[in-house]
Amino acid sequence: MANKAGAAGISAKVELPEQEPIASARYRGIGQTYGALIALIVLLLYNAFFTPNFLTAQTISVNLTQVATIVIVATGMTLVIATGGIDLSVGSLMAIAGALAPLIFLEKLVSIGNSAITLPLAYVVPVIVAGLFGAFNGTLITRFKIQPIIATLVLFIAGRGIAQVVTNGNLQAFNDPVFQYIGLGRPLGIPFQVILMVVIVAIVAWVMRATTFGRYVLAAGGNEAAARLAGVPVNAVKLAVYTISGLLCGIAGLIVIAINSSSDANLVGLNMELDAIAAVAVGGTPLTGGRATVVGTFIGALIMQLIRFTLLAHGVPDAAALVVKAAIILVAIYVQRQRAV
Amino acid sequence: MAADLRTDLLLQMEGITKRFPGVLALQDAHLRVGRAEVHALVGENGAGKSTMIKVLTGAYRRDNGTIIFDGRAVDFQSPQQAQANGISTIYQEINLVPLRSVSENIFMGREPLRYGLIDWKRMNYDAAAILQRFGINVDVTQPLTNLNVAVQQMVAIARAVSFQSKLVVMDEPTSSLDEREVATLFDVIRQLKREGVSVIFVSHRLDELFAVCDRVTIMRDGRTVDERPISEITKLQLVARMLGKELSEVRRSGATAFSEGVHQARQELLQAEGLRRGRVLQGADVNVRAGEIVGLAGLLGAGRSETARAIFGADSVEAGQVQMNGETVHFRSPSDAIRAGIGFSPEDRKTEGIIPYMSVRENITLALLPTLTRYGIIDRKKQDEIVLKFIERLGIKTSGPDQPIRELSGGNQQKVLLARWLCMNPKLLILDEPTRGIDVGAKGEIQTLINELADNGLGVLMISSELEELIEGADRVVVLRDGRTVAELPHQAVSQDGIMAAMAHGSEQIAPKAERGANG
Repeated sequence: MANKAGAAGISAKVELPEQEPIASARYRGIGQTYGALIALIVLLLYNAFFTPNFLTAQTISVNLTQVATIVIVATGMTLVIATGGIDLSVGSLMAIAGALAPLIFLEKLVSIGNSAITLPLAYVVPVIVAGLFGAFNGTLITRFKIQPIIATLVLFIAGRGIAQVVTNGNLQAFNDPVFQYIGLGRPLGIPFQVILMVVIVAIVAWVMRATTFGRYVLAAGGNEAAARLAGVPVNAVKLAVYTISGLLCGIAGLIVIAINSSSDANLVGLNMELDAIAAVAVGGTPLTGGRATVVGTFIGALIMQLIRFTLLAHGVPDAAALVVKAAIILVAIYVQRQRAV
Repeated sequence: MAADLRTDLLLQMEGITKRFPGVLALQDAHLRVGRAEVHALVGENGAGKSTMIKVLTGAYRRDNGTIIFDGRAVDFQSPQQAQANGISTIYQEINLVPLRSVSENIFMGREPLRYGLIDWKRMNYDAAAILQRFGINVDVTQPLTNLNVAVQQMVAIARAVSFQSKLVVMDEPTSSLDEREVATLFDVIRQLKREGVSVIFVSHRLDELFAVCDRVTIMRDGRTVDERPISEITKLQLVARMLGKELSEVRRSGATAFSEGVHQARQELLQAEGLRRGRVLQGADVNVRAGEIVGLAGLLGAGRSETARAIFGADSVEAGQVQMNGETVHFRSPSDAIRAGIGFSPEDRKTEGIIPYMSVRENITLALLPTLTRYGIIDRKKQDEIVLKFIERLGIKTSGPDQPIRELSGGNQQKVLLARWLCMNPKLLILDEPTRGIDVGAKGEIQTLINELADNGLGVLMISSELEELIEGADRVVVLRDGRTVAELPHQAVSQDGIMAAMAHGSEQIAPKAERGANG
């Protein structure tokens, strides 16, 4: 300020301090919009140059395969967070779906004896059950007005217990190529789960942009009181997003057990809630609700995956990699932070 | 500026100024409370009552002014410090710990000790003794949450008294109490007075002020506008001072953009009768015909917004009947009301109107979406047509439909919210403070627009705190007082004095509707 008054005669110097905030605001605007994408490109370029064999079909395929379940779950999480909520139960719901499927196609519950019936059931029933548990979350939140973090904590704790109870705590091993197609199939050489992931991201991104439902999700999260007064069925919308989150968890649970050829209720989806929330946050969806980017979440999950891969490929110990991962999350959130309204 | 020290006063706040970014909340305000005096502090929204109390208790830092309490200049840094020095505050929301016992709540933070441990016996005994002074007998060992709100309030007061308070500040203590509980509270206040304690009593219920207070300080726009024994002022004068009006027969000053003359009222559109909910609505009646503007008047807390919300289905009611086009309706949610052709623009644009991060386009069409879609997919072409039409028709200043609404000025945000309802082609529009907090130009445009809409047959129910707006804009004015309709003034009879008289006294002096407003 004093500088400005003193140098009034030299116009170039006077203007400088005025330009700076505008320029930094512009950079920040770019950071908010494209920060995640830029980070992804930087990571890709770095690996292309410095990681041997990075640009091979196999490396890319491995990375996409590993990230698929996180992306699928994080897509549902994006909708939940867009309404201003959170879903901690995702990992447990994956475990429930993962526990149910083998029980059905191994015919441990009921004996049908016809795989043409049991296999479709083994896909559909676990996903629907996971969806119903998601609806249970939504009911606690909308009908009983329980805060999302507490409401979903219920199934976070109980869900894995349920999965263990239905399997008697046993590891269920199996070998059924038809069922395991969801995790091991490679149509046209592309892993099936990667196709599934891309299709889900594309559909949900389109729904958020082009449908009434998408607008309602953002309105409910952006200003719930105003949304209600504008006739938005806020409770139904919230119920729907938790149900969708549950359904997607069900699909992810099936993929995990198909890859592993076994279902362990203790391990399926462990820590998934944290990975999914991190992917959403890194991707640029604020946890306060009202805004959402499904494609951003996809990018966010890819960034997390690539960081892990890069560190491993360069021999950084796993323990240290966790610290770096946390640091990257911090940086990503900082770059995308919003200006105070 | 330093005022003389008056030893007869317990509290003397002089020349208090408090500035917030962009607002001057208090401007050279004063408040003087005598010893053993019950002092009413009144004013409309934004008058500065709460700020004044927060400055007193140290919750806010004042920018200027002196506070003399009990003979010495004080400058409290926090409400805790004020309490330690004899000033206790009881807020609308009771700030006690619900799951702890009554006695624990009373003595929290200064429990009597014995050998370093809490002396439970003495604490319970003392707590019971304090409550008994106010004629309240409860088991002090039970959790606070087991007691009704009134008794909880007594516990809060007992806690205040046990601090040896010399001054107790009560911020709207009666808003959640029923009439019997209010009577008990008044007994407590009188008991405090006998014990030499002063009380600052903030309330919107005029009858209560006149029942229990000795003196009154009236604030408006951050200043103290009057201060006198309550016996020397009538309710009508009090209302006039609060609103800043002179008692006169001036009818039309041309302060608004509403056109002169009455609208052609057509068929009955809305008839709401006997709406009741708790103490906030105690029999509100409103009817609106197509093509007329009905004004809804009342002081702060009279139940204007509550009436609007009840009609719109945003709040449930315990009793009452709403008819639309002669048919009884039961709106269980706003979407029911919207389908019946009602739009509602709420009082607080920011918290209940705009969806801040959504664009102008999304904000305009939010309520319209169900009719803009096919299989849930939004017809973007149709949406854009409508949005552009209303941006042009209402003169909304925006860089385009994609601009986030939070970047617009208050007046333009309000126009977007009007567009949200107008694009639905509604039959009835409920506008709660449609021109509050927007600049003069936009205000005039919105008033002109409301006028045109009524000319075209829309029924408008308009809530406003500005008497000019009601007098010049409304074809009829319905006056609410303490949650019930006390008067209905036809256009020829609408005047400042008439509205204020109804606000102050209820219906006794007003001929029409006398049978409805009278107590019982």
